[in-house]
Order: sequence, then C-alpha cells, then structure tokens
Amino acid sequence: MQIPEFTVPSALAHIARRLPATPPAWVLVQGLNQLVRRGVLPADMSLLAGHTFEVEVRDAGLTLRFAADARGFTTAGSGSADLRFSANLADFMRMMLREEDPDTLFFNRKLVIEGDTELGLVVKNLLDSVDWSSTPLARFMAA
Amino acid sequence: MARLPELVCPAGSLPALKAAVDNGADTVYFGLKNETNARNFAGLNFDDSTARMGIRYAHERGRKVLMAINTYAQGHDISRWQRAVDEAADLGVDAVILADLGLMDYACRRHPSLRLHLSVQGSATNYEAINLARDLFGVRRAVLPRVLTLDQVKHVIDHTDVEIEVFGFGSLCVMVEGRCLLSSYATGESPNTHGVCSPAKHVRWEHGKQHLNARLGGILIDQYGRDEPAGYPTLCKGRFEVNGVTDYALEEPTSLNVIEMLPDILAIGVAAIKVEGRQRSPAYVAQVTRTLREALDAAGREHLRFSVKPAWQQALSKVAEGQQQTLGAYSRPWK
Repeated sequence: MQIPEFTVPSALAHIARRLPATPPAWVLVQGLNQLVRRGVLPADMSLLAGHTFEVEVRDAGLTLRFAADARGFTTAGSGSADLRFSANLADFMRMMLREEDPDTLFFNRKLVIEGDTELGLVVKNLLDSVDWSSTPLARFMAA
Repeated sequence: MARLPELVCPAGSLPALKAAVDNGADTVYFGLKNETNARNFAGLNFDDSTARMGIRYAHERGRKVLMAINTYAQGHDISRWQRAVDEAADLGVDAVILADLGLMDYACRRHPSLRLHLSVQGSATNYEAINLARDLFGVRRAVLPRVLTLDQVKHVIDHTDVEIEVFGFGSLCVMVEGRCLLSSYATGESPNTHGVCSPAKHVRWEHGKQHLNARLGGILIDQYGRDEPAGYPTLCKGRFEVNGVTDYALEEPTSLNVIEMLPDILAIGVAAIKVEGRQRSPAYVAQVTRTLREALDAAGREHLRFSVKPAWQQALSKVAEGQQQTLGAYSRPWK
C-alpha cells in the first residue's frame, strides 16, 4: 500500500475545526492504552509521565491533546503542550505506516516538532520500536 | 573478481533490525541503551530482551550481528564499558566494534574468541595503526574514517591482512572521527565521552513567523527560511558569520553516497560497506538497504558495464540529509 499525494479538502477541515476535538482525542488515548496493555507499544511511562502532548493534523483542522501519567494516557484540556507534532494527514499516515522516515519529513519541513526536543525523540523512537509484525496491522506496514 | 563486500546496515530498534535483514543486509549493527555506543539517544537502541530477539532473527536467516561499543570508557565508571563487552559475548554477537584501546585489551583477554572490529571512532587512517591493533589485540576488521581518497583506501588494503570496512551511505559530519569535540563546546557532551553528538536536551527549535531557528546549548547555529530544508542541529553544519558573510563555515549538510564508484570499491578488495544511521527509523533502513543491495548485486554482476539506475539515486536522495550527495573524500581529483 502506498499513500497517494493528497490533502484533506478544506471544506471538511472547516467542519472538523468546529467539532469538539475531545472524541477523536479520546479514541486516540484508548487506542494507545490498549497498545500499551497488550505490550505492542513498549512505552517506558516514566519517560512520558507528567507531560502533555499535542498532535495537529494540519489539513484536517484537527488538534488532539493528551497527557501521560505513570499508568497510561488520558485526554487533556487546552493549554500549551510540552511537545507538539504538526503535519498533514497524508504525511502522518506515511510516518505511521513506515513509508517515510520522520527525520526525512522533518528535513523537508513537512513535519513540525515544537517544544521539548528530547521528549520528541523519546516519542519518535517509541513509535519506531513498535513491532507491528505481531499485530493485525502488519500487512499495512511498508517496513 | 573476489566476493562481494558485506553490506552492513544500522539498527536503532528491533523493527529497524528486521527491516535491514528483510531488505538484504548481510550484517546489522546495534548498540545498548547507554553511553557505551555513539548513538546514545533517548528511547533508541536495545535492551537484553530485544537484543536477543534481534540476534535470533538475524542468525535464523543466516545474517551476522555486530554490537557497537564505540565510545571511550570514562574514568568514573569503566566497568560499564567492560560489562557491555561481557554482555556482547554472552549474547553471542558475531563481533564487537570497539574504539577504546583499553577496552580492546579487556575484550581480547577476557573473551579471546570474541571477534574484534576497530571502530571508525578509533580514528585509524593508516595501515601501521591497523596492523598494530591486529598485533596487540587480534583486531580482524577496521572501519576507515571518511577522510581517505579511494587510492589511499587501496594503499591501506594492500598493506594489511585486516579486513577493511568503508562507509557507503549516510549523513556526513565534519569527519574528525574519534577526535571531534565540537558538540562539547556547546553542550559539554560529545560522541566520544557521552555517546551523543548535539544531545536533544540541548536542542531548541524555535518556530517564528519567517524563520525556523536551531539553537544548541542556547547558541543560534542556523536559521532556516520558510520551506528551506533543515538538517541535524550540529555545530559543524551550522551557518555562521565569518568576515561579514553568513554561510556554512565548517561543513554543509550533505550525505555520502558511493553508488557510482561501487565497481572501484569492489576492485580494490573492500571487505564491507557500511550504512550510517542507527538514529533513523525502520523506513530509512528499509529504503537504503534495499537500494544498496540492488546496486551492490548489480555491480558484482556487471563489473565495468555497471551503470547507476536513476531510481537508486532518487530513493537515496529522498532520505538523505541536505539537498546534496557527495563522494566525500573518496574522490579528490585534484590530489
């Protein structure tokens, strides 16, 4: 599977911007916690605990905020995050499916990382260390 | 024509190791989660369990695994480096990549059957140094620093029976390998001492309206315009004002890429070609390994008829740091 060049239509983004961001953030948090519980996401929570994160899907007008504590992830309210990732949906998908290397996207200025640089590295390396081969998602992965 | 050189690929995580093996690496190299290796980045590298899984995965497929213990043992706790060597022996890696002479001495006394490679960080650029490491510690392979021309590499190979490994692809830095302290100037930490160049905790990216500022230890080292490609925030690749001109003072962000001289590299008898990038993701490892495997096999088949496929260069330039690729020191026509 190869992600084609696309951006989310601005009309859709316009609608998404007006919807509350909590439901998608909640889904993300549930998913992350599930992955941690199943041992798929080898997260060392001590490195993440006490920090808030923000993921902005630029073209979709979606901003997801969540936080980490010693036990797992929770949704977070507004306010400045310790670490912020921002990119278009297609680039996030390429990164998640390992079609593109995050460093490449960063060099090309398609991925914006703001805030605590070391925390950003922890998160990047955490995503890279997930062994998807043990999950049903394996067949979608490029590497 | 002799055997093809081994293709040696980086692994910063278990998925990266599997990506290297699945895409045609003959050998993978990795490090532990501490300052005993030169990619001591938060969240990167292997613990005992992932190392065992990775080694099993590679060995089951007939590939080799090397462990990098390529920083210099620091006086406050030498035992940490010695334990890393013990762990490598216990894990059953095919060789360890060492830079520190004291550690080589420890390894060859304590684990006589453990194969030793001299790291690029050992900074041995001539055959006398390499042969001395062989005579003293039984070193079987040396990784050459990226400062020699192809003729100079050949000269080394002609005067030693130690296997010679050269870099084939990856980010270039100022290349004073094993001796560079630039990172310490700004952060107090550098590869040889702490296993990391420009540690992330000292890096600050500032997003302004017009510019992206890169700061290392508070020092402004570069300022990128809108959509201008960025690079790793190291001092050697920063732009500084010198004599009224602001530009790259030491080194431009660029990547080494030797594909076009593969037939020459094969002809002089290089034993292994190394890919840089344990800090990169499995996506990078997969793309670079696949490309170099194809190119290396083609060079082995076609010899002088070998021609570079544009698709290879395209794939490599996409993941390269900086907008340019170079043959680096290998090609110095003016010499």
